[in-house]
Amino acid sequence: MPAMTAVPAIELRAIDKSFGDVHAVRAVSLTIRKGSITGLVGENGAGKSTLMSILYGLYRADSGEIRVEGERVEMGSPRDAIAHGIGMVHQHFMLIDSFTVLENLVLGAEGGFLLGRGMAAARSEVARLEREYGLSIDPDARIADLSVGEQQRVEILKVLLRGARILILDEPSAVLTPQETERLFRILGVLRDGGVTVILITHKLREVMAVTDQVFVMRQGEVVAERRTVDTTPDELAELMVGRKVRLGVDRQPARRGPALLRAEGLSLVDRHGIGLLDGIDLEVHGGEIVGIAGVSGNGQTELLQVLAGMRAPTGGTITICGRTFDAGHPGDPAERRALGLAHVPEDRLRQGLVAAFHASETSILGYQNEARFSPHHLIDRPAVRTYCAELMQRFDVRPPLPGLRSAQFSGGNQQKLVLAREISHEPKVLLVGQPTRGVDIGAIEFIHRELVRCRDRGCAILLVSVELDEILALSDRILVMSSGHIVGESAGGTASERALGLMMAGMKAA
Amino acid sequence: MTGLRRSLPAWVEILVLPAINIALAFLTVGVIVMIVGVDPLQALKLLVLGAVGSPESIGYTLYYATNFVFTGLAVAVAFHGGLFNIGGEGQAYLGGLGCGVAILALDQYLPIWLMVPIAIAAAALFGAAWAAVPAWLQAWRGSHIVITTIMFNFVASALMVYLLVNVLIAPGSMTPQSRGFGPSGQLPALAGSPLNLSIVLALACCVGVWLFLWRTPWGYALRAMGHNPEAALYAGTNLRSMTMVAMCLSGALAGFVGVNELMGVHHRLVLDFPAGYGFAGIAVALMGRNHPLGVALAALLFGALQQGGAELAFDVPAITREMVVVIQGLVILFSGALVNLPRPWLAAFRPRQAP
Repeated sequence: MPAMTAVPAIELRAIDKSFGDVHAVRAVSLTIRKGSITGLVGENGAGKSTLMSILYGLYRADSGEIRVEGERVEMGSPRDAIAHGIGMVHQHFMLIDSFTVLENLVLGAEGGFLLGRGMAAARSEVARLEREYGLSIDPDARIADLSVGEQQRVEILKVLLRGARILILDEPSAVLTPQETERLFRILGVLRDGGVTVILITHKLREVMAVTDQVFVMRQGEVVAERRTVDTTPDELAELMVGRKVRLGVDRQPARRGPALLRAEGLSLVDRHGIGLLDGIDLEVHGGEIVGIAGVSGNGQTELLQVLAGMRAPTGGTITICGRTFDAGHPGDPAERRALGLAHVPEDRLRQGLVAAFHASETSILGYQNEARFSPHHLIDRPAVRTYCAELMQRFDVRPPLPGLRSAQFSGGNQQKLVLAREISHEPKVLLVGQPTRGVDIGAIEFIHRELVRCRDRGCAILLVSVELDEILALSDRILVMSSGHIVGESAGGTASERALGLMMAGMKAA
Repeated sequence: MTGLRRSLPAWVEILVLPAINIALAFLTVGVIVMIVGVDPLQALKLLVLGAVGSPESIGYTLYYATNFVFTGLAVAVAFHGGLFNIGGEGQAYLGGLGCGVAILALDQYLPIWLMVPIAIAAAALFGAAWAAVPAWLQAWRGSHIVITTIMFNFVASALMVYLLVNVLIAPGSMTPQSRGFGPSGQLPALAGSPLNLSIVLALACCVGVWLFLWRTPWGYALRAMGHNPEAALYAGTNLRSMTMVAMCLSGALAGFVGVNELMGVHHRLVLDFPAGYGFAGIAVALMGRNHPLGVALAALLFGALQQGGAELAFDVPAITREMVVVIQGLVILFSGALVNLPRPWLAAFRPRQAP
């Protein structure tokens, strides 16, 4: 590590920000050393993204001051932030797929009326950055042809090209395989050693432990703790984030395997453009077990869930659910699946699992609205639905427990609990679960995992799709790995190694 | 949606906001009227008196409002299903055809208590059928419903001209209109005004639409589809059939304009009776927030404007019929396109409170 300089890279003093009635950031002061990697952790809504948006000029603080390298700075817009050497890599990439790497790099910094000069300058800069930081990338490759990890490197390059000395990364590993994540962290290490200051917003405590020098924990808009990474543990950080003791693992008994309730044979899906999304998927889920599907997002897991749930017809193969078989000619629909005892917690709760504009009580019967207890004589019994919703909310600790509130007004974790409550409370024989804890607080994750295991212990066959390898490892009795629409490997839950799974996720057969 | 906007209390949303919008529209109208050299207060007085000043004018206002209720509800039902039905004009036209054909065929044989329900059913059926074709094209072929429903307005118009000139024209007549309906094909009307029993049908439709949308599982699925088609699919709704249901209901409601116009007023099949009601229905639904009660209130306002405006144009030479259209246009502009204009001011007045 280079010699520490006395002037900190960033100093925030008593930063305060409210949105209407919500006090998002409360008098936050923190100091970030030059040439360090700093983790910023906290649950959703803890204020970490708001704080970084203030630093990057996307929001203006109500009060407080920002100092960059000792100098007081007014951040009116990202332009100011960039001018002061601050760059941000967003979770969702801002790249144009059909442009080359170089074209994307000069976008917004074309350097004149004609492109040629700017492109040439960018090319030599890229070469320099590659020499200095080992950020190797082909400047003439099209973005669409790059892997997600490479696209992320382009984003980092883009920021560095603008002269950034302070790099903010928002949940950078969310879309990466473990190997790609490792590689990203190596690059961050090199950048730090070259004097770049890195701020990492994340909720993955393992990564904080692996790569950061210091870590700030935020809770309810405040920085509640500052630790040197070597002096802390994941358990301590989790506790600080939530404000109470948290158990990170899941307790579970060995599986008591029942009959096969869900079976897919040779399942395939080809879209309208002739692109194969699923290819010859064979799988079997028995009652009383959780089968996890690991994989980097976008490798067919979404389509697999849709086809199994009846939202999309397969183009080949068969699906058998509790003895009833569906195929391309008779794909069935979600309502038929439900009647057979299948429940589905969809991957994207906002787009599929609920209707944002509906009251929570209306959302609580989505898919079950025709049941006689909710619609006797084909008229919806609103008091009965409200009572039912209130019961679900109480059982699954949905807050606030108000059936009349619009679904959109609940936090992500509470929306997820409501969807999960709806699906589990019908005591399904088969449960499809997609990304059950995406964007969900640690406290709620604990709860959701416990409920899934309880459902399994009741004899339900659970198929779990998640991009969080930790989640797959913690819950699954068996693990299948998906890559490019294929199942490329299987491993028993207890013995799986993260490394082996990671290699399979990247499309390589396990040795 | 709700997250982005500052939310206002419901009573402000439903009462104050539309009231301010209308007031703004009238202020602007006042300025224009002044420019033409007419005293705006005098004009306003004539407008109001023309709309509600006598039993006769009230009758006219309610008769116009009846049409606006039908087309407003038609747009609202489709809108709740996420479909923008711009074909109310054509569906109203075809609804009239259904109603007219049924009466021309049967009015000699059936008593009024049997003829009326059959004619109403025929209007609904024809209106629904005319909406079903674009709906089918949307559901199965992906043709955009806005485009197809607009085109179907023209097709409807051409079809009606052809039928009335060549097929349904009264024997020996030079005007393209059918023979007059017999007594059993005429709805009882209030003496001295075109107001007829159709208004009862309109009120029944308001209640029916409300019941359907918010009290039945089908209405639930339809609204789910409108807000979030993928969630509706997830819930087991067949999006194609539901698109058909939404559009057919919408078309049937629009078709009832034919009942009001032909059975209630003209007592024969004529040309051009939809007269823009189908398009005005979009504004009515917009202003009524796609809720049956709101649609009824907006329809009353539009009916009053139509009737009062006609009186105003009659009384004041400087104000032409076109000026009345300008007034309607401004109301639509302020309560439709600029509906959120006063929102920030209202939000600023709102006292701060704990979440």
